[in-house]
Amino acid sequence: MKPRAEKGLPLNDDIGEAKRLDLYRSQVRLREAEQRAYDLFLQNLVKGTSHLSLGQEAIAAGFAEAMEKGDLSFCTYRGHAHTLARGVSVEKVLGELMQRDNGLMRGKGGSMHLTSEEHGVMGCYAIIGAHLPIACGAAWRAQYKGDKDVSVAFFGDGTTNIGAFHEALNFAAIWKLPVVFVCENNLYMEYTPIADVTAVPQPAADRASAYGLERILIDGNDADVVYRTAKKAFAKARAGEGPSLIECLTYRHSGHSRADPAKYRPEGELEKWKEHDPVKLYRERLKQFGVTDGAIEKIEAEVRREVDEATEACKAAPLPPAEILTTDVYADGGWAWRN
Amino acid sequence: MAELTYRDAVARGIAQEMARDPDVVFLGEDVAKAGGVFKATVGLYEQFGPLRVRDTPISEQAILGAAMGAAMTGLKPIAEIMFSDFFAVCFDYIANEFPKSRYMSNGQTKCPLVVRTGNGAGSRFGAQHSQSVENWCMMIPGLKVVAPSSPRDVIGLLAAAVRDPDPVIFFEHKSLYPIKGEVPDGEIVDTLGTAKILRPGKDASILALALMVPRALEAAERLQAEFGIDAEVVDVRSLVPLDTQTILDSVRRTHRLFTVEENPRLCGWGAEIVSIVADEAFYDLDGPPVRITTPHIPLPANDFLEDMVLPTVDRIVETVQRSLRS
Repeated sequence: MKPRAEKGLPLNDDIGEAKRLDLYRSQVRLREAEQRAYDLFLQNLVKGTSHLSLGQEAIAAGFAEAMEKGDLSFCTYRGHAHTLARGVSVEKVLGELMQRDNGLMRGKGGSMHLTSEEHGVMGCYAIIGAHLPIACGAAWRAQYKGDKDVSVAFFGDGTTNIGAFHEALNFAAIWKLPVVFVCENNLYMEYTPIADVTAVPQPAADRASAYGLERILIDGNDADVVYRTAKKAFAKARAGEGPSLIECLTYRHSGHSRADPAKYRPEGELEKWKEHDPVKLYRERLKQFGVTDGAIEKIEAEVRREVDEATEACKAAPLPPAEILTTDVYADGGWAWRN
Repeated sequence: MAELTYRDAVARGIAQEMARDPDVVFLGEDVAKAGGVFKATVGLYEQFGPLRVRDTPISEQAILGAAMGAAMTGLKPIAEIMFSDFFAVCFDYIANEFPKSRYMSNGQTKCPLVVRTGNGAGSRFGAQHSQSVENWCMMIPGLKVVAPSSPRDVIGLLAAAVRDPDPVIFFEHKSLYPIKGEVPDGEIVDTLGTAKILRPGKDASILALALMVPRALEAAERLQAEFGIDAEVVDVRSLVPLDTQTILDSVRRTHRLFTVEENPRLCGWGAEIVSIVADEAFYDLDGPPVRITTPHIPLPANDFLEDMVLPTVDRIVETVQRSLRS
């Protein structure tokens, strides 16, 4: 337990009040936006599939707040939170989930492929494991050119059992690449408990030694812990000391995807994890550090306003026009495969 | 002008592009210190050093994934997949990642890379190291697909592929590595999406790719000498983009179409060309288009058996003359 700050004095621990408020704002934003995405799905306004990160906000917020501008995020199909956490607007994300013309990719990618290169979001990848080698390649470019950015690959526990995970870990280790692998272990690969299908208790951390890496297992629901761990891994990468593999323990409050009511979970498990809810935990943390209820509620109100305004903008947004159907297949902007 | 092997042309083409652009990097299994299992990349490691010419583990997904990540963020990687059969273990990148990222991201993501690979039969390696898989790649929107048949085209098309802003799959034919050809001095840069008429003729158009090109040329000479048939031979060179204008023009002049394909019959590249010709030049044809292909079977290892399944000069001559006479 951190000491309560003297009333009226600025907080002065290793994270600091300004960053703490950013971490809280980010987590509330992810929570509210994802909850809204779920509500819009129930109204049949979110099309296709969607994979929510409700309950996992501390990881996306903690890593994004630890990143510098220019650092690169490579995410999975469960990528809404990571995309928002890098600063992409709620409207752009909800618009893409609703497959409207105001969406991040004008409805051409959908919820599983959110990409905003200007924010360092280098794509969300829907084939398990595919983006880990891709993050290695971006890190190789940084190493080759002497750039100081770090590439971060976020993935679930299920990814640790696919070949690309192991190829990427080995590749990053032998080339000492500035890449950070972040496993969000939410206990379920999709519907099956990860423990039922994995040879070791901690699917990522227990594999680290196979690649000469430190075993790192953290509380993924505590944004401070995530933030500090991320900072350390980024500093190591920037110093040319190679990759890190970080396993963050967490829990998703909803099912795997919108089609999954998550009935496979044992009774009481969700409730137990909700007691360790990252947003709730962090709200208490702010109060322990002397942040006033008023300041906290102001952040919450501002976030809700952004989400409400985004929702209305998306509902009013037109569908994408037919003419974008054949654009950007090739670099010339078109789709011509013959003369 | 110098005489160069197809194998040495690969190294020269890569060297030409690496010397021109420091963003061109090269990675693959055994490509650096060993100079490649087919000795097609000898000397590059010594010339360009360990930062630009890199040996990788046997991790085809890591090779192609790393190439993509590097390409997305500013490099122009050339990746080698030793045998094209191995595309099957990293096909996610070829089918799902390289060609779709630009479209899915509404134009944000770029992917300027080249995948070089040893394709085709003739080495008696059996069913998993001998396939012609250019048709696996031709069917994927977003890729470009090239297969040179001569040392000069290796250099020119490789340079065009490296300079192209899209992902290009570059099929080198393993059985062509030892062949020699005249290559001009200095920089050579060709154009993707262009077929080449190697032997003009008026009686039939024979379309061929890679190893099938020298066989089609030899068949054309025999057709002339033995049957008085004047066949035109078109080296298709680029499956995507496809130079349909050269192909359609040829068919409109000769009125007959033959494709010589090493890929197995079903959905081979010639099927698409026949379909295009049927749509757009049907009334110019004097007879049915004919596809000469490898049959729809896995490739056998035994030399006698392998020679039976690939289109041969004899089979091309026999098929064309019989078809023209019927």
